[in-house]
Amino acid sequence: MKLLLTGARIIDPAQNIDSRMDIFLEDGKIAKIGTDISKSLKSKSSEKITKIIDLTGMIIVPGLIDMHTHLREPGFEYKETIASGVAAAVAGGFTSIACMPNSNPVNDNRSTTEFIRRKAAQAALANVYPIGAISKDSAGVKLTEFWDLKEAGIVALSDDGKPVMDAALMRRAMEYGFSLQLPVISHCEDTNLSGGGLMNEGYYSTILGLSGIPGIAEEAMVARDILIAEFTKTSIHIAHVSTAGSVHLIRDAKKRGLKVTAETAPHYFTLTDESLQSYDTNFKVNPPLRSEQDLKAIKEGLADSTIDVIACDHAPHGRTDKEVEFEYAANGISGLETSLALSLNLILDKTLNWPELIAKMSTNPARILNLPKGTLEAGADADITVIDPLLQWTVDLQTFRSRGKNSPFNGRRMQGKAVLTIVGGEIKYDGR
Amino acid sequence: MSKNKNTKIVMDKDGIDRCLTRIAYEILEKNKGMQNLVLVGIRTGGVYLAQRLQKKISDIERDKIPLGILDVTLYRDDISASNKKPRLGETKINFSLDDKVVVLVDDVLFTGRTIRAAMDALIDFGRPKMIQLAVLIDRGHRELPIRADFIGKNLPSSLWEAVRVDLVEKNGVDEVVIEEES
Amino acid sequence: MKFEKKDILGIKDLSIDEINLILETAESFLEISTRKIKKVPTLRGKTIINLFYEASTRTRTSFEIAGKRLSADTINISASTSSVVKGETLIDTARTLEAMNPDVIVIRHSASGAPHILASLVKQSIINAGDGAHEHPTQALLDMMTIKERKGKISGLKVAIIGDIEHSRVARSNIYGLSKMGAHVVLAGPATMLPRDIEQMGTKVFSRIEDALVDADVVMMLRIQLERQKQNIFPSLREYSQHYCLNRSNIKLAKKDVIVMHPGPINRGVEISPDIADDPSCSVILDQVNKGVAVRMALLYLLTGGSE
Repeated sequence: MKLLLTGARIIDPAQNIDSRMDIFLEDGKIAKIGTDISKSLKSKSSEKITKIIDLTGMIIVPGLIDMHTHLREPGFEYKETIASGVAAAVAGGFTSIACMPNSNPVNDNRSTTEFIRRKAAQAALANVYPIGAISKDSAGVKLTEFWDLKEAGIVALSDDGKPVMDAALMRRAMEYGFSLQLPVISHCEDTNLSGGGLMNEGYYSTILGLSGIPGIAEEAMVARDILIAEFTKTSIHIAHVSTAGSVHLIRDAKKRGLKVTAETAPHYFTLTDESLQSYDTNFKVNPPLRSEQDLKAIKEGLADSTIDVIACDHAPHGRTDKEVEFEYAANGISGLETSLALSLNLILDKTLNWPELIAKMSTNPARILNLPKGTLEAGADADITVIDPLLQWTVDLQTFRSRGKNSPFNGRRMQGKAVLTIVGGEIKYDGR
Repeated sequence: MSKNKNTKIVMDKDGIDRCLTRIAYEILEKNKGMQNLVLVGIRTGGVYLAQRLQKKISDIERDKIPLGILDVTLYRDDISASNKKPRLGETKINFSLDDKVVVLVDDVLFTGRTIRAAMDALIDFGRPKMIQLAVLIDRGHRELPIRADFIGKNLPSSLWEAVRVDLVEKNGVDEVVIEEES
Repeated sequence: MKFEKKDILGIKDLSIDEINLILETAESFLEISTRKIKKVPTLRGKTIINLFYEASTRTRTSFEIAGKRLSADTINISASTSSVVKGETLIDTARTLEAMNPDVIVIRHSASGAPHILASLVKQSIINAGDGAHEHPTQALLDMMTIKERKGKISGLKVAIIGDIEHSRVARSNIYGLSKMGAHVVLAGPATMLPRDIEQMGTKVFSRIEDALVDADVVMMLRIQLERQKQNIFPSLREYSQHYCLNRSNIKLAKKDVIVMHPGPINRGVEISPDIADDPSCSVILDQVNKGVAVRMALLYLLTGGSE
């Protein structure tokens, strides 16, 4: 399949490109990118081009990458399958996603990794990069076989959902993972401090009578992991940063030249704990929605590059997980189909410019996970997201491709949406 | 008092007072004195009339006749179905009703439903020997087999008219008014 | 004024006028409980379901009596929370109950917010009979009624609430209610029992009971839940009672005519010394129970709108 995309504004932070250009895709790769392609191609050999798409008014970016999703399969297919998860991904503009290992069984072994990759290949929508567990069953006791998992295809290590409480185990994981170029992604939460907590600890937890999760439960572990990275001269990636304190710790670590990277999720720069007043379980996430000051600090962290990545922590759930008392409800937001539009608000409110945002949603996650993605360079995989920046739309859970209809954003007015998602040169989603 | 309504005063201050004096004597005459006799005023208009009757009877007999106050809201036959509940008033009957002759006092006797509710309420307080009814105005249109024992004035009225008893204690003036619903 | 609320989920949502209307209505209902025949026909044919996910003899009985004295049919359902977690969800239960077409559902639940979830699911009126550590509106209303009767007013009084504020729904509802009605609420308890940012509710907070008792018109003692010891919020009952028990000596710091309240049941000798709890000159604890029925009658009366 050959595709010529014309008329759009092309933004590729990896090449410092932000201008009107054409882009030509051939055999799953980006064959050419430039201003005069359409003329030259047409005049020379128009029969070679299968399809020309005029994308005037649109923005072309390197395929978006979400490095923090939960695909639930194997084990929790009622929440999401790999097939429904990748369908949601391409509908949300993501050409690649990395999925956390907390399935059942946990992805702590070669066969589970291979299963995930096989299922993803069958679905043939977005690229799926499995993340392997740090510890067997993510129980925080015994390391998994990193080398074997890497050969099976994992791109990173994490016990996401179950923080590694044992600092010595974390140190070993970071040392061993670093030597294999496997980034370790840390879910930072001291479970002794957060134990039993249901929402951010503060005024709203007090008036709602819900037990609190203090910011320090996250920050203490961010500090610990930074110290381990510094001492062992390794790297660490901090998942879903939610507090001002974490932003300060990471900023300081980066200033000192440490190999620390970090991500946050759209809900942490969009919502605060004030939204929990209705006890709507769709607002229940872990880490919890924080205060207004935390939200401000997250935006500052995004603006000054303390936070490298926006990843939505896509956590689909079934109705029975959410339609219960707040205390018993599962944590998480089904985020793949709202992540881009929520992140585009950062451009509208001038927190980020376009290249900065795209770097956080494509270039940087590719770099952190060592993926040969996140650029529109000639020769690169033809993973492309086309965004209509002005499209007005309303979130409607019923149209979600994800099985997880758990979103606090249902009914929200949005501006900007992925209208065309191309993976490996093939159109996988066309919402025009 | 709304201006666009056609109003007519049918009884003034003196008229009301003369009616109450006559009713006081009639009550005493019918019951041969105030032995075993108690008054119970129905909220709100009936309470003020009962208080005036209490004073008149006590003056005549030189002894204080017991007076109770009854709010019949909780006994109304339309209460269970009514959408918004009316404000409750206090019920205060500080004496036993057993074997007493109870004179219920109300301002206007109309459909009889209020009196039905009042009688049900009284029986929850005890077993009176007899219940009698005193009203200032009987305007007819009964919907239940109820009649008054003592009537200040019979005032035949049409259904699209409203009869209002204003009392000094309530509205600052003593008068009975017929209003035509506009 | 007309009462427009569909549900009573918390004192937070009630206006001053609504609180006054409820209290005045409750005062009218007090008299019924003194009659020989303690029953009026008002809610004949109405059905009230008491859905209790948490054991509570007092509150459940009080609601049941309130309903019965108004001639409503009251049905008690005791559900155990553990079975809820496993199988039937609150939503299933709600739909089942709704199909039975009751008029009011009274719910007590260990999970904060459970009544709100129920209220959003069913068309019937919901009364919160206590949810987790969130609110216990009927308790606060009966407390306010008791204070109003004893003191003639609420506005301007100093009310000290002492004990485990963090886990107390009674404290939260009373802080909202009493503050709205113009009282000056102060709190005291060990720092481990004071939830974060509680002072933003407009109260003064002390870690010593004595500081809160000074010139108090009303002292409200909260029940210590013994199982909380496991969470290390207090080292031992012995230490707690030595420093946070209301007794003959520290009560002298309060006004001479101070009244002492407790939502019950009391741990005698732990949060309140027995001689104070039983002293009729200051303890109004039994009065509170009596007001409870009247307040609940008032709410049932105000909430039962008929066919529309």
